Amino acid sequence: MARMSRLRSPGAIALLVTLGFLAALAVAYVQDSTYWMATLARMAALALSAVSLSFLVGQAGLVSFGHAAPVGIGAYAVLIAGEFGVREVMIVLPLAFAAAALFSALTGAIALRTRGVYFIMITLAFAQMAFYVAASLSAFGGDDGMAIAGRSTFLGERILRRDHGLALLAIGLLGVGLFVLGRVTASKFGLVLRAARDNETRVRALGLATYGHRLAALALAGGVAGLSGALLANQAEFVSPSYMNWHVSGQAIVMVALGGAGHLVGGVIGAVAVTLLDEAIGHYTEYWKLGLGLVVVGAALLRGRGLLRRIVGGQHD
Amino acid sequence: MSAPLIALEGVEAGYGPAQVLFGVSFAVNAGEVVTLMGRNGMGKSTTLRTLFGLLPARAGRILINGADLTGAPPHRIASAGLGYVPEGRQIFPRLTVEENLVATASPGRGHGWTLARVYALFPRLEERRRNMGPELSGGEQQMLAIGRALMTNPDLLVLDEATEGLAPVIRADIWTALAALRAEGLAILVVDKNLEALLRLADRHVVMEAGRVTWTGSTAEVQADPSLITRYLEV
Ligand SMILES: Nc1ncnc2c1ncn2[C@@H]1O[C@H](COP(=O)(O)OP(=O)(O)O)[C@@H](O)[C@H]1O
Ligand SMILES: [Mg+2]
Repeated sequence: MARMSRLRSPGAIALLVTLGFLAALAVAYVQDSTYWMATLARMAALALSAVSLSFLVGQAGLVSFGHAAPVGIGAYAVLIAGEFGVREVMIVLPLAFAAAALFSALTGAIALRTRGVYFIMITLAFAQMAFYVAASLSAFGGDDGMAIAGRSTFLGERILRRDHGLALLAIGLLGVGLFVLGRVTASKFGLVLRAARDNETRVRALGLATYGHRLAALALAGGVAGLSGALLANQAEFVSPSYMNWHVSGQAIVMVALGGAGHLVGGVIGAVAVTLLDEAIGHYTEYWKLGLGLVVVGAALLRGRGLLRRIVGGQHD
Repeated sequence: MSAPLIALEGVEAGYGPAQVLFGVSFAVNAGEVVTLMGRNGMGKSTTLRTLFGLLPARAGRILINGADLTGAPPHRIASAGLGYVPEGRQIFPRLTVEENLVATASPGRGHGWTLARVYALFPRLEERRRNMGPELSGGEQQMLAIGRALMTNPDLLVLDEATEGLAPVIRADIWTALAALRAEGLAILVVDKNLEALLRLADRHVVMEAGRVTWTGSTAEVQADPSLITRYLEV
């Protein structure tokens, strides 16, 4: 038991995930496979976004259907800063985090006045607004998007120029993101989020305002999603409104549901699975994701019913 | 004399078009145990919900330590020193026992409640500290709901039908715990059906009928006039 719970500690999980990715990267590096190094960078970036969404959905009970928006804002932060000659990671990453967190906090302040399906719809609507705003930025490529000025530099060095450098950064950020969000989940703050997910009124009647906690959770998850977007922009060296497309938000939810929303690491599992499937069969058909979506929704419904039975069955006196 | 812990003054409230409370007034002083009695459907739970701001007061005032908190959100009312044990318990089902206790705790104020003290009051909770809420028996859930309210370190503990549907042994445990809390000087406002236990525990009684307070008096007054009970409480 004690051993199990130590393995489940945020530090142990972040370390295991980081080591797993590093091992895969080492293999790709030895084999000199730029394809796999690029894919691993992308996978780690998508996992970071999925982990931050898992934090919202699984821990805070906030089902955002607009998670692509803060991801895209992080990507645009890289593009726009680059156009102004700013490419330093130590500036660009905090900028991406701050811009995405600010967007999530501002839209969240309104979205949090709604619940359930309305929350899903309003987050989707805000993401669509971000999409159209991006498409209207003609100085930055408008609909078509545009190539970034160049990959970010680290303390002036161009170490992200090669894919293994970028993959290392993405894996490092994923590890830190998992660790920090895991610690937040285990903290008193995380406990309040989980209690409010179960029964918001009850938390308030016990003396805690839930609004502020949830707003902070949205801002934090949005900021982490912004980091993911900054990584994706560097990987593709191209930014367009499609980063914020609604089906990107849907795919993030599929990742979380597929890996299991009960634990943050589910986001990593889902992101890895979806990326691998996409690489394997995405070249043949674009419609496989529709099938995957149906499978995931079906599984979620079945599991939801099982959960309901457990709760109802356990409440007998 | 300082202001009472809580005072309701002419409170009216209801659900949609149906008015349920018609000018409810009563007060609870520091260290006092007061009951809210009355037959089913007379408005006891509605009074407590309105006190906690879960239902808006349409008229009247709710004062806590002399401050007017009418219309304040529930979290402000609760953090002014009121600990709520709601009807039907309503623990957090996806948290463990210990997480239920800690999540809404406000340590280091009031009577200084800690996990250790709650576990000393209800040893069964310590045995089950890692269990999830729904794995508990009804009695354990009730103890958890009381422990959770104590962890907010209230000046007044408010219980709505805390022994409803529990086995006699467990009921006795809960009455014993409430007597211990009273002995520590904690003020309690309690709604329950068990008259004998209420008379043993409480100083004063407030009787409600159809949304109005129709009688208030001390335990001695109730015992001196058994007709009160047939008039107001028996079905
Ligand atoms: N959620 C509700 N919606 C509508 N009417 C309610 C609701 N809760 C209680 N009532 C009504 O308000 C009245 C008082 O109920 P309640 O305060 O629960 O009584 P008590 O706790 O004294 O048994 C009853 O007539 C009841 O039917
Ligand atoms: Mg009632």
